[in-house]
Amino acid sequence: MAQLPDSLLRRSAEARAKAEGRPVDEILAEMKGEAPPAPAPPAAASSQPSDAGGGRDLAAESGTYGVPVPLLERSMFARAKADGTPVPAMAGVGAPAAAASAVSSQPSAAPAPQAPSGPPPGVRTQRLLTVVKAGAIQGTEKEPQDKVNVWPHLLAIEFVALLVVLAALTLLSAFVDAPLLEFANFNEQPNPSKAPWYFLGLQELLAYFDPMVAGIIIPTFGMIALAFIPYVDRNPSVRPSDRKFAIAVFTVFFMAAAVVTIFGSFFRGPGFNFVFPWRDGIFFDDLLTILE
Amino acid sequence: MADEKGRGGIKEAVSGLGDHVQNSQVWNSIFRPGSPMRAENSDSPRNRSYVIMNNVLYHLHPVKVKRHGVKLSYTLCLGGLSFFLFILLTITGIFLMFYYRPTSPQAYFDLQALASDVAFGQLVRNMHRWGAHLMVITVFLHMSRVFYHGAYKPPREFNWVVGIVLLVLTLLLSFSGYLLPWDQLALWAVTVGTNMGSYAPVFGNQVTFALIGGVQITADTLLRFYVLHVLFLPFIITIFMAVHFWRVRKDGGISGPL
Ligand code: HEM
Repeated sequence: MAQLPDSLLRRSAEARAKAEGRPVDEILAEMKGEAPPAPAPPAAASSQPSDAGGGRDLAAESGTYGVPVPLLERSMFARAKADGTPVPAMAGVGAPAAAASAVSSQPSAAPAPQAPSGPPPGVRTQRLLTVVKAGAIQGTEKEPQDKVNVWPHLLAIEFVALLVVLAALTLLSAFVDAPLLEFANFNEQPNPSKAPWYFLGLQELLAYFDPMVAGIIIPTFGMIALAFIPYVDRNPSVRPSDRKFAIAVFTVFFMAAAVVTIFGSFFRGPGFNFVFPWRDGIFFDDLLTILE
Repeated sequence: MADEKGRGGIKEAVSGLGDHVQNSQVWNSIFRPGSPMRAENSDSPRNRSYVIMNNVLYHLHPVKVKRHGVKLSYTLCLGGLSFFLFILLTITGIFLMFYYRPTSPQAYFDLQALASDVAFGQLVRNMHRWGAHLMVITVFLHMSRVFYHGAYKPPREFNWVVGIVLLVLTLLLSFSGYLLPWDQLALWAVTVGTNMGSYAPVFGNQVTFALIGGVQITADTLLRFYVLHVLFLPFIITIFMAVHFWRVRKDGGISGPL
């Protein structure tokens, strides 16, 4: 008991005082094992009144905690050694040499072992290191969140979304055939020749820049810049009003990409020259089959 | 009279058979506790949790999500739809593989035959092609929605990077598939695309050579793109998707609310 910090003892004494309606000081004294002013000392102590001086009744403790007496003894000696304090039962004498006799004087520890020097051969012992109150090892400081079950709330939405897309795609596919032009001919390059639509922005840039710039530098650095966004944008807020700059920059690039892609798709005709789609026709094979 | 009796008997027999099946060991070994397919299932908070927990879906979804996360307007389902389209493309793609040979000139004629000789052949090919275009679009939009939500901020930075890899892989998948019909559109679109790559400094020509299997597109390129398209790239993208989904969950589920 004595090893508990005073603040803890005090708290538990206060709690017990409140529960039992007795003065705090009285309970505290009782807990500390100092001469209890009240007539009724705790049950364990009453069986061995001579304990008041700080000695321990190992037999009683063994009964209470279910730990074998020899183990309790060993832990008592070990603690005394570690703390450099006298063994409890010998309070006041303080001579380690007397420890052995102190143990044998305990009424319960019948075949009193000598100051233990390790378990007998072939016996495995276990040591109770400490008893921790139940509870999480790490304190979690998460606020409770408003949550809903994935089933049915989320799965139902996902399923509907899936069906809608599947239906739309099936309908489109039922009415619009994928293009299949003439057989591949290495000797006859169509005019214009266009890349798949998602690269048409780059092809459009080829009209302004060196191929090295439009074909390599811009896409490569564009992708790297995209990948680095989280490490460049250190602003922790996710509120749009706090991120005006980031949103503006992204939007400008997004729109620019969309504009050059649309330009490359619809406003470029033979020789990749500028055309108006409504005047000169559409030179965009991906879409051609849809329009036909 | 006898007729009705007979029908009642059949009805009983059928429902009795149903119960028997639903209570059998086989059935219960397939549908784990909490599944709506089980005989004793009832709707309770506990069973709603079990539907996810005792299901392969647990790899994708937690038992519960933040309320705002299920609002359609938050994710617009774009990530999920990208994934769904990928699955759909895998299914339709496997179908196409049964009828397609990546050699010249068979590739082209196989697609012609698909349209005329194979039941639903043209439909499946259309779904594969339009679905591929759609997936590029949904992935782009998904990326934009993640950006506008600031959902790439800690702890989700790395998942954004994984996402960029997915974006590149999606484009490569679409691009490698573009050549396979082996028609004029395929040949010249891919020619334009790979020409751009050959301007890369240092290794540009080597990379292009490895990619198309020569200095210019030939029938060998067809086989190369085919293997990239049906095996290599799907394999890689599947791994990155697994990491992507895992990180979505480990990073604390869907981000937000704003
Ligand atoms: C094949 C492509 C992709 C698939 C299948 C995919 C799938 C998903 C799914 C299912 C989610 C859950 C939330 C949602 O549906 O929005 C998600 C979240 C996320 N994705 Fe993707 N994604 C892909 C590409 C990308 C790209 C290109 C980026 C960004 C560059 C990205 C970045 C993220 C991030 C940061 C999250 C977490 C968002 C949050 O917590 O709100 N993903 N992804």
